[in-house]
Amino acid sequence: MARPLSGKKPKRLGYTLRTFLSYLGRHKFLLLAVAVLVFVSAGANLLGTYMIRPVVNGLVSGNAETLPGKVALTAGIYIVGVLCSFGYTQTMVQAAQKVLVDIRRDLFCYLQTLPLRFFDNHRQGDVMSYFTNDVDTIADALNNSFAMAIQSFIQMTGTLVLLFVLNWRLSLVVVVCYGVMFWYIRYSGRRSKMYYQKQQASLGSLDGLIQEMVNGQKVVQVFNHEQASLAAFDEKNEALRKAGTGAQSYASTMIPAVVSISYINYAIVSVLGGIMALTGMTDPGSLASYLVFVRQAAAPINQFTQQSNFLLAALAGAERVFEVMDQPPEPDEGTVCLVRVPAGQSRGTDNPQWVWQKPNGEQIPLHGEVRLDGVQFSYDLKTPVLQGISLYAHKGQKIAFVGSTGTGKTTITNLINRFYDVQDGQILYDGLDVRQIRKSDLRRSLGMVLQDTHLFTGTIADNIRFGRLNATDEQVRRAACIANADSFIRRLPKGYQTMVSTDGANLSQGQRQLLAIARAAVADPPVLILDEATSSIDTRTEALIEKGMDQLMEGHTVFVIAHRLSTVRNADAIMVLEHGKIVERGNHQQLLEQKGLYCQLYQGMFELS
Amino acid sequence: MRELKKLLGYLGPYRKDLLIGSLLVLVETCFELVIPVLMADLIDVGVARRDVVYILYKGAQMGICALLALATGLMYARFAARASYGWGAQVRRAQFAQVQRYSFANLDHFETSSLVTRMTTDVTVLQNAINGGLRPLMRSPIMLVMGIGLSFWMSPRLALIFLVCAPILGVILFFIVRRVAPMYGKLQAAVDRLNHVVQEDLAAIRAVKAFVPEDYEQAQFDQVNSRLADTSRETFHYAVLNLPSLQVVMYTSVVLILWFGGNMIAQDQLQVGDLTGFLSYVFQGMNSLMMLSNVFLLLTRSLASAHRIAQVLEEEPQINSPEHAVYQVADGSVEFQNVSFKYHKDAQQSALSQVNWKIEAGQTVGILGGTGSAKSTLVQLIPRLYDASEGAVLVGGKNVRQYDLHALRDAVSIVLQNNLLFSGTVRENLRWGDASASDGELWQALEAACADEFVHKMPNGLDTDLGQGGGNLSGGQKQRLCIARALLKHPKVLIFDDSTSAVDTATEQKIRRNLASYRNITKIMIAQRISSVMDTDQIAVLEDGRIHAVGTHRQLLAEDAIYQEIYASQMKGWVLHGTAA
Repeated sequence: MARPLSGKKPKRLGYTLRTFLSYLGRHKFLLLAVAVLVFVSAGANLLGTYMIRPVVNGLVSGNAETLPGKVALTAGIYIVGVLCSFGYTQTMVQAAQKVLVDIRRDLFCYLQTLPLRFFDNHRQGDVMSYFTNDVDTIADALNNSFAMAIQSFIQMTGTLVLLFVLNWRLSLVVVVCYGVMFWYIRYSGRRSKMYYQKQQASLGSLDGLIQEMVNGQKVVQVFNHEQASLAAFDEKNEALRKAGTGAQSYASTMIPAVVSISYINYAIVSVLGGIMALTGMTDPGSLASYLVFVRQAAAPINQFTQQSNFLLAALAGAERVFEVMDQPPEPDEGTVCLVRVPAGQSRGTDNPQWVWQKPNGEQIPLHGEVRLDGVQFSYDLKTPVLQGISLYAHKGQKIAFVGSTGTGKTTITNLINRFYDVQDGQILYDGLDVRQIRKSDLRRSLGMVLQDTHLFTGTIADNIRFGRLNATDEQVRRAACIANADSFIRRLPKGYQTMVSTDGANLSQGQRQLLAIARAAVADPPVLILDEATSSIDTRTEALIEKGMDQLMEGHTVFVIAHRLSTVRNADAIMVLEHGKIVERGNHQQLLEQKGLYCQLYQGMFELS
Repeated sequence: MRELKKLLGYLGPYRKDLLIGSLLVLVETCFELVIPVLMADLIDVGVARRDVVYILYKGAQMGICALLALATGLMYARFAARASYGWGAQVRRAQFAQVQRYSFANLDHFETSSLVTRMTTDVTVLQNAINGGLRPLMRSPIMLVMGIGLSFWMSPRLALIFLVCAPILGVILFFIVRRVAPMYGKLQAAVDRLNHVVQEDLAAIRAVKAFVPEDYEQAQFDQVNSRLADTSRETFHYAVLNLPSLQVVMYTSVVLILWFGGNMIAQDQLQVGDLTGFLSYVFQGMNSLMMLSNVFLLLTRSLASAHRIAQVLEEEPQINSPEHAVYQVADGSVEFQNVSFKYHKDAQQSALSQVNWKIEAGQTVGILGGTGSAKSTLVQLIPRLYDASEGAVLVGGKNVRQYDLHALRDAVSIVLQNNLLFSGTVRENLRWGDASASDGELWQALEAACADEFVHKMPNGLDTDLGQGGGNLSGGQKQRLCIARALLKHPKVLIFDDSTSAVDTATEQKIRRNLASYRNITKIMIAQRISSVMDTDQIAVLEDGRIHAVGTHRQLLAEDAIYQEIYASQMKGWVLHGTAA
């Protein structure tokens, strides 16, 4: 579920508006052009209508010969108006799309920087909803309502000014009625905004549910769970219906209310005007034309109200979007970066070398030494997951973590790459606290092959290249060879250029794992983390890729998590974990001789808790 | 249009609200139409006769009409909102219920993100069509007819201008709508593509963060993002033409009316008052046309959405219960008779070819085979997650196609390879297996799946919230919960699709021993390790979608080359249970 919206509404509203305006500000010239064109178009519209009076008056006074000139003038004004209307509607389309592209891109960019905890706490569909539903309401408002709202506002004020010019006494009544209208718009706007927020939130949570159920369709069907999930759907669907009905009930009253109030206004003005005409304060002719204007004033108000409805909905959407952008991003206080120094400067190789560069210019060669010092961690700050883990991995060593499920093996690797931060103790990488290192550089220096392999829409080659974007085709192919994926890839209809669909549905889990290994191979970082990387690969295939894996691990510091002890046997050091503590450590032979937990585990006799 | 009509059929109880809402708009419009007539009386009669009482009387009448219009307007708002959101909810529900019936062949036709947008965004578009369109749709024709009628009544000759201009505007608007209508479909497809990229990124957020390919992801996103913007631009730059076109026609007629009207006045063929009155009717008529064209744009947009929704509703679920279905599954025997399977009709290669295999009720059997040998496909035919392309799959001696789907799936439980848990507590997830299971039964199942201990240690035990997809549970923990969930179903056939791959060997052994006590259940285990299946009654070795060999561990070890090879590769790794002890 999304974080509940904060109670400090006015402050939020201010923030939302400010942020939104800053987006508009990026295209201020386009929007300025829109504003000017809207202004001229609205003005021409008003002036054109006002021209009817002199034309008619001219006819009344019998000056028929002035008719052609005046009609031509009116036509001219109207032409300007139409051109400006054309101009501003087209410009607005451009401006709106620019603003929307910016908002969507920033939202996407920003999501990437959020800590994993955010994704742990938000359903995927709920996050998707920011793009689908919330940005959509903003799009609707920008595409349709923004310029219209400005135009009607200008027309409204223009008409009011005209009314004052024509008859200021009666116009005082009009102003009072306008006041009542705006009070009502504000009132029902506030009411409906509350519901709009609820509506967007329920839409998000419904999104989450649909997504989850569709993704888990097989499980749903296997368990005959259709009725139950329909019931869960109904509950959220009903919540959405209620919130939507609530929002719309208030929002839809605005137009009829405004129209009716303008008619009441009309009635009052007619009566007062009639009485004024009787007392000679005005003549029936002026009164009639004044009343025509009063009636015409209703149209822009009507428009304005209608558009403000969409603007309100957009505001609720924008508030949610900007709230995400207001979440604290993943902390990245690191200042040490990974830089490349030219060949020859460092000893022993002709290849350019990577080094850590401190802000003061000091350089430390990138070796891939990792040290954990009394590391403590808990996901919820209550149940400890890791309790005082200390270990030292030399350059090029292979460290294995063994232990029953849930003892914190994966958590250790999640701390090394700073998916989460240690709560006590520290992790040193080449002698640097990982928190000192820029996160993107830290992660670039670590290769991960994760338990779940996610593929992206694109070709097989694209998916491998995900590990290093500038890898050549040859490098991609070599990486695939190392992972033993080359042969199955070449048997695919289009080889490396075969398109993979969502999450590699047309590839088996094992094949996907091979691609993930190739991905790490192409990245070729000094430290590799293999988290159950071969769990779905059958042992025959695993035996085949063993050589490749050895090649991949050659000269790298490697952390391996596996429950298949075959995978970890040749590790330099094996850490046996239990309840978040290292209970045994040593190489395979040493551990077997210890006749402890590992030995029992190895013989498959011990039942781990 | 047909699709929209069909969707309107889902109004159900809200049809009444829609009708009342529309009627209220009509009533409101009538009250509003009376007001100018009263006004004319007020000035023409009241002011002319200097009759204050008459003025006040007419004023009061106008006020009452306005108040009545207000009352009906407010009521309209309530009914229309109920109708649009009620309708939306019904359409969403129909879609969700339909998607639940989809087989995987059906799901191949839609991406998840697209299904989600069809159930949310597209429905919102339909709702907006009612919210924004109903009122103008009811009012504008009346206003238009009134405008034209009254202008004719005032001056038939001047009305000719109107009569020429209005159809021209109509034609222009028609062309705009026709041009824009297909664009909305494209627009929605572009939205789908964008959502798809976002969804992929979210699903793989850990990989994205680990590889720091944010530039790549950003580039992917930028591409769909700008394509969406381009399509929007193309769509809207036609759509927004309707305002300037309206103005061109309206202003042209105003100028023409001023010119001809002015000349007619000069020749004493027309009264000045009539000209102003006439103009206000022209404005009214044209404005109504404009409103109508806006409604049509809304409608075309909703037609595109209606089409997408109808696609979901009209997609025929490919796996259904037959008529005269059998509800009783006699026993847990499973037989494959000459079974072949293709994922797509026009796929060149069969995933499974000519599989013949019989499993007796109560047996425990193993399936071994390399990555991609179609082990999972084979077992998914048993609960009819897919239907065999050729041959027959028999459960309890009857073809699975003869059973009621619900009954079949109740009898056949499967623990899938990618173990999915859902948002909610541990208890809620387990109860998928048996909605009425007591805590005692839940713990019993957890114990059998060796999951009792870690659930005990969770902060709230059975009431611990798992978060989406099991949040911070390890793979092995998730798998064990999935096993417990499957056990709670008390099935006749229980299939494990490599479902202990992330569980350590010792725990796996214990689970296997626990399972052995469920004697009446036929157990089919797909496994990677020979140690997992060596004690079973028979083992099938699959190779490239064919059964390569069937036999007991001893037989296969003696006779089958592939089995020997697997055995050799694993013997290197660990001491096999039973042989080492």
